[in-house]
Amino acid sequence: MSKAIQVENLSKVYQIGEFSTGTLSRDIERWWALARGKDDPFLKIGETNVRSEKGESNVVWSLKDLNFEVEQGEAIGIIGKNGAGKSTLLKVLSQVTTPTTGTIKMKGRVASLLEVGTGFHPELTGRENIYLNGAILGMQKAEVKKKFDEIVDFSGVDRYIDTPVKRYSSGMTVRLAFAVAAHLDSEILIVDEVLAVGDAEFQKKCIGKMDEISKGEGRTVLFVSHVMESVMEFCKNSMLLEDGIIKDIGQSEKIIDSYLSNSHTSKPKTKKNDSVIYFESVNTMDEFGKTKNIFSYNENIYVKVKYTVKSIINNTIVWFDIRRSGEILFCSSDTDFSNSFTLKRDRGDYTAIVKLDKNFFNSGTYNLVFGINSYKPDLEYDRLENVSFRVHDDQEMDNPEFYQRIGLIKPIVEWNVTKEVKYE
Amino acid sequence: MSNNIFDKSTDDSWDLIITPQKSWFDLQLRQIWRYRDLLMLFVRRDVVAFYKQTILGPLWYFIQPIATTIVFTFVFGNLAGLSTDGLPQPLFYLAGITAWSYFADCLTKTSTVFRDNQAIFGKVYFPRVISPLSIVISNLLRFGIQMFLYVGMIVYFLFQGVSFPLSWEILLFPVFVIFMAMQGLGLGMMITAMTTKYRDLSYLVTFGVQLMMYATTVVYPLSSLGGKMYWVVALNPMTFVIEGIKKSTLGVGVLTPETFLYTSVVSLVILTMGFLIFNKVEKNFVDTI
Repeated sequence: MSKAIQVENLSKVYQIGEFSTGTLSRDIERWWALARGKDDPFLKIGETNVRSEKGESNVVWSLKDLNFEVEQGEAIGIIGKNGAGKSTLLKVLSQVTTPTTGTIKMKGRVASLLEVGTGFHPELTGRENIYLNGAILGMQKAEVKKKFDEIVDFSGVDRYIDTPVKRYSSGMTVRLAFAVAAHLDSEILIVDEVLAVGDAEFQKKCIGKMDEISKGEGRTVLFVSHVMESVMEFCKNSMLLEDGIIKDIGQSEKIIDSYLSNSHTSKPKTKKNDSVIYFESVNTMDEFGKTKNIFSYNENIYVKVKYTVKSIINNTIVWFDIRRSGEILFCSSDTDFSNSFTLKRDRGDYTAIVKLDKNFFNSGTYNLVFGINSYKPDLEYDRLENVSFRVHDDQEMDNPEFYQRIGLIKPIVEWNVTKEVKYE
Repeated sequence: MSNNIFDKSTDDSWDLIITPQKSWFDLQLRQIWRYRDLLMLFVRRDVVAFYKQTILGPLWYFIQPIATTIVFTFVFGNLAGLSTDGLPQPLFYLAGITAWSYFADCLTKTSTVFRDNQAIFGKVYFPRVISPLSIVISNLLRFGIQMFLYVGMIVYFLFQGVSFPLSWEILLFPVFVIFMAMQGLGLGMMITAMTTKYRDLSYLVTFGVQLMMYATTVVYPLSSLGGKMYWVVALNPMTFVIEGIKKSTLGVGVLTPETFLYTSVVSLVILTMGFLIFNKVEKNFVDTI
């Protein structure tokens, strides 16, 4: 196997604060003030006091001294918390921005999919957008033409192919966009969290396609995701980024374990303070209330959901579903047994604790999706996706041949066997 | 072409090497060639998106020059009584307006390329210069369509008994169009590169272009100027382009070997500088905008 990507001493520094004031007149004013030996009129208060750190204080190492190699045909997962540098790494690899130091060498054509549907023009038809998007992603017109039918077929929007994209539902747009990207003829494919969009069925189709790309066609894939279960599913090896450095690199299972063992609580990326009802945080924990993400098969799993209600509301449900391999295992909501969708909620902070019974989940990684919706009208108030947990079965470790089961879940099923007739 | 990437004999020959710095003169012409399909699709997108969901569609290409010509004929021709070098007033103004608006559109649209394409540029790589190039080409199509109006008006005045002393100089007409494109593209690329850091410039462009029109021979002929004013207007690189266009199509205007040389050198310098500055900024602008 030869190398497809080689990264050496890669760093990316971002300057924070005012490295330029943003307007020419202010820059001139600053320059004039400094030239006369006065203080910089636009320097933030506080900055001047930390003399010792002044040189360091306004730069952030988004990536620091990364070294790694990727083999041809390998699918590698990149995981880490928000702000760990995943997106920066992908941006540098896909040439959207340059590194501050270091070199990246790549073999073959590189296509990156940092967002689904980049450059889609709402006024153009599906057909026109396939060509345009394909070209933006680096395909020649002839290549798109060759694969056109395949793309349309995969997207499942052939009935609307000559309709302007602005009339598409968001789901259809995503399907079409992913279909184009999935048929890129590049040797290296860089994919950011794009699978988070679209319905579960389509996500599954996408994972399948990506699997085909890396295993069947021998192309190299770099895949960033918060959904541990898709990383697990599809990448043999993974890389864990933390504060811009590679914390660990190796077999996905091991890396995901080390990521999840660093127990974490998921919080919404942006605060929606104007919303009537929204999530504060969600996490998984054991029976003692300790936050964790790795559970034993013989252990109950508790899910803690904290949400805030800003004004009285009575037609919402708070729900979650549990997914594995793009399949929804089941979903549940706090109105499940109330016989109605109307549950009156007063203003206040709420905590819900959900118990998931032991001896139910098979060993593997599961992903949780949380939501707050109203039934009539059909509205989504909030949604939270990046919570995963892993289940281990110690017995399996000891005796895999006997205790391993295929299937998404491994409930304890009673068998009553009686001998009715005896043959001689 | 992509097959020999797997050729084991070229095991250590990397196809792409990304390094922090890029030289000023690495213009990546091969990359641009590879993305030529994208260039044409961008042009198509701009043209199609322009008239979709409009009733009049491409007719809009004619409405703007016609309306402006009428206003100019009234204000500068009738009220101010400015000379038009003996040409019929509508024809004189239409020539200037059509040419000037091509230049102005190239310049103003190119000068916001980074800002307008922020979302795309932040997500996917292709040679950034494709975007300004597509603007110049799609505007060229529009200019071409507007030429029908111009030719139509020339024919109309021929029937009215006006004669135009044409010569071989008409062959220079396409060259002047290219000069306009070069200047619009070059200036626009310089400005967009600088607006990633300084927003002020984008405010300047909008009315700057308007003011610059009055320092170009759009509403008056160069021959009507004297002394200092002559030099101010003559140094404006667009002046001899407009003069050249009038001379080559209507037979009236200033076109000498010296003015031609001056215009071609200035156009080339503007374009080269634009390319270099744009090229320097494109790699990292995502971090600063």
